[in-house]
Amino acid sequence: MEILVAILLTVATAATPLLIAAIGELVVERSGVLNLGVEGMIIMGAVSGFIAGYVTGSPWLGLLAAIVVGALFSLLFGFMVLTLATNQVATGLSLTLLGLGLSGMIGAKFVGVPGPKLSNLYIPGLTDLPVVGRLVFGQDPVVYLSIALTFGVGWFLFRTRTGLTLRAIGDSHGSAHALGISVVGYRYLAVMFGGACSGLAGGYLSLVYTPQWTENMSAGRGWIALALVVFASWRPWRVLGGAYIFGAVWIGQLHAQAFGIPVPGQVLAAAPYAATILVLVLISRNKRLTMMNTPASLGQPFVPDR
Amino acid sequence: MKKLLFALSAASAMVLVAASAQAQDKFKACFVYVGSHTDGGYSEGHDHGRQFLEKELGDKVQTSFVENVAEADSERTFERLAREGCNLVFGTSFGFMDPELKVAKRFPKVLFEHATGFKTADNMATYNARFYEGRYIQGQIAAKMSKAGLAGYIVSFPIPEVIMGINSFILGAQSINPDFKVKIVWVRSWFDPGKEADAAKALFDQGADIVAQHTDSPAPLQIAQERGLHGFGQASDMISFAPKAQYTAIVDNWGPYYVERVKAAMDGTWKSQQSWEGLKEKILVMAPYTNLPDDVKKMAEETEAKIVGGWNPFTGPVSKQDGSPWLKDGEVSDDGTLLGMNFYVKGIDDAIPNN
Repeated sequence: MEILVAILLTVATAATPLLIAAIGELVVERSGVLNLGVEGMIIMGAVSGFIAGYVTGSPWLGLLAAIVVGALFSLLFGFMVLTLATNQVATGLSLTLLGLGLSGMIGAKFVGVPGPKLSNLYIPGLTDLPVVGRLVFGQDPVVYLSIALTFGVGWFLFRTRTGLTLRAIGDSHGSAHALGISVVGYRYLAVMFGGACSGLAGGYLSLVYTPQWTENMSAGRGWIALALVVFASWRPWRVLGGAYIFGAVWIGQLHAQAFGIPVPGQVLAAAPYAATILVLVLISRNKRLTMMNTPASLGQPFVPDR
Repeated sequence: MKKLLFALSAASAMVLVAASAQAQDKFKACFVYVGSHTDGGYSEGHDHGRQFLEKELGDKVQTSFVENVAEADSERTFERLAREGCNLVFGTSFGFMDPELKVAKRFPKVLFEHATGFKTADNMATYNARFYEGRYIQGQIAAKMSKAGLAGYIVSFPIPEVIMGINSFILGAQSINPDFKVKIVWVRSWFDPGKEADAAKALFDQGADIVAQHTDSPAPLQIAQERGLHGFGQASDMISFAPKAQYTAIVDNWGPYYVERVKAAMDGTWKSQQSWEGLKEKILVMAPYTNLPDDVKKMAEETEAKIVGGWNPFTGPVSKQDGSPWLKDGEVSDDGTLLGMNFYVKGIDDAIPNN
């Protein structure tokens, strides 16, 4: 039992950065914009969050800085793609390249110094409860935030008028424009929300997961987040499911190895990816429903006629 | 995607090389890194060596480096360096071996050195460090300090260098406690702080109280520190990340070797060779022994002195995992077997992943 609790706690930490980045990207893609710069925004969030946390000594200020820098950095993408109507795929890729390079340069002086770490929640009495105590009341605060975020985004997209408008823009920016909706305005906000989420995911890496800064520490998590959005067919709760399945299989295979269960190495290494894709494809196998959820204008540049 | 990134950074580093190639008459030593020169681990270790070289030889030598060079795509980097007037080129990663060798054959007047590989030419030498010597000491410390009699070992890829390290670690541990066990977890990455931290958590959750690693980030030590447990640093002294958790670390120290080889090349006494040095030549050094009681510290220092005196941790009697004899009493393994090591020694309850 003790070990199961320990495993579940580790799963939540592994899943949280993926979940946060993917939820942000989901909103961006629902508005019809494909931002492949997630990896770049995560790493910018990680470096700025670490520096702010290190300088001020406060991991909270660090996370705040990560969010702000993530949003600002995504504005660069927004300006290119929305105002100048550049190719989204190429621009997103360059945002990733820029982020990886720039973060290395900014963070060079901060390699090899330990940073502050955001501590886990502790509620006297509740956290000490057996089994559920640490699981329900003893995680780090960002884990709760990420679940609230999933709930909030689900509610916003499917239960509010603004959310409906955002989805309409993603499905047909021409029609939305004809109705007098500010397509570019909505998309700017969506892109910045995505940037803020990626930034937070990065801050989580450098301030909670492993409180340190090292170049390329995002190690491809942005790409996994992007894949999660697609395989979850743009549904927030499926993204959450996908992130946790990925985390669970990844942590599970580490434990299997430590137990000495003889499974070929490549199978173990591929397992989290294969399992996540398999599960998400199975739950999304209704073609009509998937088509309905796919933003029809995804990736197409929009130039309003004057 | 990644390739493009590497190409871009390689291209920008080229500009640096080109600019510095203007100054004439100085001996030019050029370095190629697989990671960034501030990666906090392996490539940074080589860059410290380069800086040491500059400090020691001052005006007589001029150095430059190209970083983040993808191994599969490194041939053109070596070719550019050779064309641009580098006198001696150091390729610092195992995967540079074949591309570097090809370029070495095309540029017979330029000298090449390749770290951790095994192919040489008249103008290409190899160099490596006997990291396993340090791992034997770590194994002994682990066996003395572990209450559970169990260590976790986080590893990257099943290559001989890594397997040699695991074997040396367990031989050291079992020289103190014959029943000592090790749990091995492969994370299939040289550097991913998140994955390394997850692996450390899994190992600690399964009862290990000490963690050793053959991956490059200080994340496992941070987890050890958080949990009040212990571990060993890798490639550089990681004490600042885990002041209460680190017992010691194997620290790469390439500087003196670089000075020696550049001097030899300047004098014209450079010869192709296969250098594999260890604690004795100080190409690797042990970080200060900390968080240890005096008797364990003393034991570690004595073992270190014994190795410096010429004793090899791979001295018989040693059996293979299945119990079949490998080294007879007093027999010392030859370097070839170590460099191609593909089997575990007795006492490891695990199988090497088959690739």
